[in-house]
This record gives sequence, C-alpha cells and structure tokens, in this order.
Amino acid sequence: MSLAAHAGRKDEPVALSERLTGSETATASTQGVKPAAGRWGWLLGLIVPVGLALGWEFAVAFGFGNGRLLPPPSRVLGTLWQLAKSGDLTVHVLATVWRIALGFLFGVIAGTALGALTGYSTLARRLLDPMLQALRSIPSIAWVPVFILWFGIFETSKVILIAVGVFFPIYLALSGAILSVDRKLVEVGRIFRLSGPELVWRVLLPATLPSYILALRAGLGLGWMFVVAAEFMGASEGLGFLLVDGQMTGQAQMILASILAFAVLGKLTDWLLHIATEPLLRWQDGFRPAG
Amino acid sequence: MLEISGLSKRYPNGLLALSGIGLNVGVGEIVGIVGGSGCGKSTLLRLISGLEMPTTGTIVLNGEPIATPREEIGFVFQEPRLMPWLTIRRNVVFGIRHLPEAEQKSRVEEALKRVGLTKFADNWPRELSGGMAQRAALARALVGRPSVLLLDEPFSALDALTRYDLQDHLLDLWSYDRPTMILVTHDIEEALILSDRVIVMEPQPGRILTEVTPGLSRPRLRGDPEFDAWKRRLLGDLTHSFHVRRSGDEDFPAAAI
Repeated sequence: MSLAAHAGRKDEPVALSERLTGSETATASTQGVKPAAGRWGWLLGLIVPVGLALGWEFAVAFGFGNGRLLPPPSRVLGTLWQLAKSGDLTVHVLATVWRIALGFLFGVIAGTALGALTGYSTLARRLLDPMLQALRSIPSIAWVPVFILWFGIFETSKVILIAVGVFFPIYLALSGAILSVDRKLVEVGRIFRLSGPELVWRVLLPATLPSYILALRAGLGLGWMFVVAAEFMGASEGLGFLLVDGQMTGQAQMILASILAFAVLGKLTDWLLHIATEPLLRWQDGFRPAG
Repeated sequence: MLEISGLSKRYPNGLLALSGIGLNVGVGEIVGIVGGSGCGKSTLLRLISGLEMPTTGTIVLNGEPIATPREEIGFVFQEPRLMPWLTIRRNVVFGIRHLPEAEQKSRVEEALKRVGLTKFADNWPRELSGGMAQRAALARALVGRPSVLLLDEPFSALDALTRYDLQDHLLDLWSYDRPTMILVTHDIEEALILSDRVIVMEPQPGRILTEVTPGLSRPRLRGDPEFDAWKRRLLGDLTHSFHVRRSGDEDFPAAAI
C-alpha cells in the first residue's frame, strides 16, 4: 500500500516540486536584486572628496588662502607626478607595500591561530586571553623602542610592529566569533559525528567567516596605520619616510602627497581584499539596503 | 531493537528532567511522544541520539549502548538547521561525506528527488521556504539510511497545510527504508496520523504517563469519528498530565497542549 494512502491521502504520490503550495515557494526571486545605482554607485563616494579638493583649489587660485601650509590639490598631485617620474614613488610605495604584506601575513597567521585556539579551548582562553587583552591596550608607538632594542632598526622590527597591529583585531574577532557560533549548528555537526579539527573546518570556520573577513579588513587598515609608526623607526625608504622627509624639509606638499598615497593604497588594498573575499559570503542572508 | 531502561537525566542546575523511563521500540515502528512543554520529550530524544548522556539508565541500540551520536541514528530538529554556507545539495552531502564521491552523488540525487527539491539543489538555504528547508533537513537525515530516525517537533513551525503535506510526505519517505521513527510532537493529530504507538508523558520530572496503540486502520482520516475518539482520549491523558503539573507547581507556565 502506498504510504500516501497510509496517511489518508487519496491521490497518488506526486513529486513534491509539482505540488508546492503558495507558502512553499522559494524566495530566490527576491534575492540578489542590485540597487538602482548599480555598477557606477561607487562614483558617489568620490563626490565629497573631489568637491572639497576643487573647493580648496579654487580658494587658493582666487586668493582666499595662500596654500603654504595646506597646498592646493594641483601642487600635491604635481609633487606626486614628479616623484613618479623620477621613479622614487615606485621605490617608496614598493617598500611600504612589502612591509605591509609581510606584517599582514604574520599578523593574520598569529591572530588566526591564537584566535581559533582561545575560541575553541576554554583552557587556552583562560591561559592566554587575559595576557593578550592586556597587550592589546598598549599603544603602537610604545612598542617602537622595545622592538628597535630587540630586533634592530632594520626590516624585522618594522614588520613585527605591523604584525602586532594586524594581530589584535583578527585575534579578537575570531575568538569571539567562535564563541558566538550558533550552538544548534554545532549540534548538527555532532549528530553527524564531527569533532575536533573536522568540526572546526566544516562548522566553526565557515560560521565565523563573515566576522573573520571583516576582521581581516580591519587588520589591514590597522596595518596601514602601524606602517607609519614602523617607518618612523629610521627608515630610508617608504611612504612613512617621505612623510618624515617632508616634515624635515618643510615641504607640506610632500607630506600631503604621502598621505594621499597612503589613502589611495589603503583603499585599493581594502577593495582587493573585499573583491577576493566577496564570493565566500554569497550565502549570507544579511540586510541589503535598497537604492 | 531500541531498549531504554531506568533512564533519568538531571541537569547541572539540579533540574530532574526525566525519571524512570523505560521503553522498547521495535524495528520499523513509528512511536509518537506527546506531552506538554517541559515534560522531557526533547531531552529523551537527545539522550537517544547520543547528544547528551543520561544520569542513570541505559539506552541500547541493536545490542550496543549509545554513548555518542551514531551513524545509524538520524535526527531532524524543530528548525531545519541547514548550514547556511552550503547549498542544499552540499547540505545533504554533509550527512554522507565519508562515502565515495560517486555514491554520494547518486544518493544525494535520489534523496533530493524523494523530497521534491531536485530543482533547488543549487539554491542557498536562505532561498527556500520553511517547508522546503525542513524537507531538505529530512533529506539530509535520511540520505545516510539510518535505522532510527528521531524527529523533534519537526513540523511545529510550519503552517497547517504545509504541515499536513509534510506529514504525508514523511510516511512516503519512511516507506523506502522503513526506519524506526520516534516523533516528538505537541500535536495530537500529528501523533495519531503518523504513529503506530503513542507515548504520553507527564512533567516534573518527565515520566511516561501512559501509552496507547491507536486501533486505527490506515489510511487515517482527520475528522473520522474513530480518529476523533482517539484524539479525545489522548487529549484527556494530556489534560491529566497538565493538571499534574499545575498541582505540583503553581508558578509553572501553562502547558501548550
């Protein structure tokens, strides 16, 4: 006897997809709707900075300011152009980016390892977390003399300082995110006999991915902040060096050119990270504002 | 094949959730467990699944005591609990990830077809309705072909029409491999439609009050006079269990029967 009849249904079993009721309709059609601004929406973000720059440019051009301490954008861009033409900009940018890359890598490795450990193990959390939280409150600049003393004035101390900056947001976010993973999903993992590394790989890690990726972006941002402190430690190249050089020689346009380069590179690397990680979060069912 | 004896569960906060539970469930039998909120129905299911350990007593499946979750026991929760980062297909594979890829593929296709979700195999869980997501959860639980399927109020969050549809469908699915099913539910009709035997539990601490074997022929029709008579009897038992609770603790919230 058909089990459909067994349950009191008079019709023969029909593929369920053919008898979905209104309430059973998938909601796929409501997802993935692009805001009206579409692909050019990012241009909106340029309106305010470009508007302010143009305003200051015209203010100096029409004599409302002398532009000595705050040079107009044309002078700052001219300085950048000269640096680019001479090849100096490439040298300084590459030096800074290389330090950031190494510091970010080491910071991510350490932050991920310790964040995962303290999130997963109560014993590890009790042993390590209080000390790490105390270290977190130390200002970046306080590490400079210590690292120079321990690791010398060359690259090692700079990379470690950047790694320290990257480490804490990643450690904090991952450790906290693991503790916030939905217990119900962990139970599903346990029902399917997951434990230890397999539970981490198949349930905890994917569940913490949104927080982790956000922490990577925050860590990268802090890496860019810490690189300035790092390059104050007697660097002979790098955007931080350009900054100090501009200050020593009284060239405000050089200082602003360095700051502009930091801003552009920081935004560019954040955008690259965002683009690289976006496909990993397609499953998220978060709020997507319209328009 | 499933033998439970002298089972009790006391939580670390001192609450005695279950006491003196004894129950035998035969191969391929469908047992419904009904009772008000807080009578330990879900705790009993969690103990059988190996998610929790009993304080006293034993649970033996096919001669082996249950200490941890086992492959031959499937579990469907009240909510679908699909992994949101996996497509429906990958969620179903989750249940048989240890099998060779070719077998995984054929089993998953078959399971999705049985629950009518073939067309939605590559959708994300967020893109499915509640009923469809619960069907995906059923497919995930059944794809490993468990000999025991535990269902903890699996349809309670769904609207009435979807619930009736899934109750029918559960029996369709049961007919393939005929696993033993233990169904926890608040819904007396659901218990009567699906179960060969209905266990009524009472609270404080959770105990078996009585068990009934509805002498109803199949197909079972809601609204049939005989069906309604069994429903009234179960309702009477549940009302008794409700009064047991009320007389035991006046501050306890009323049971949702």
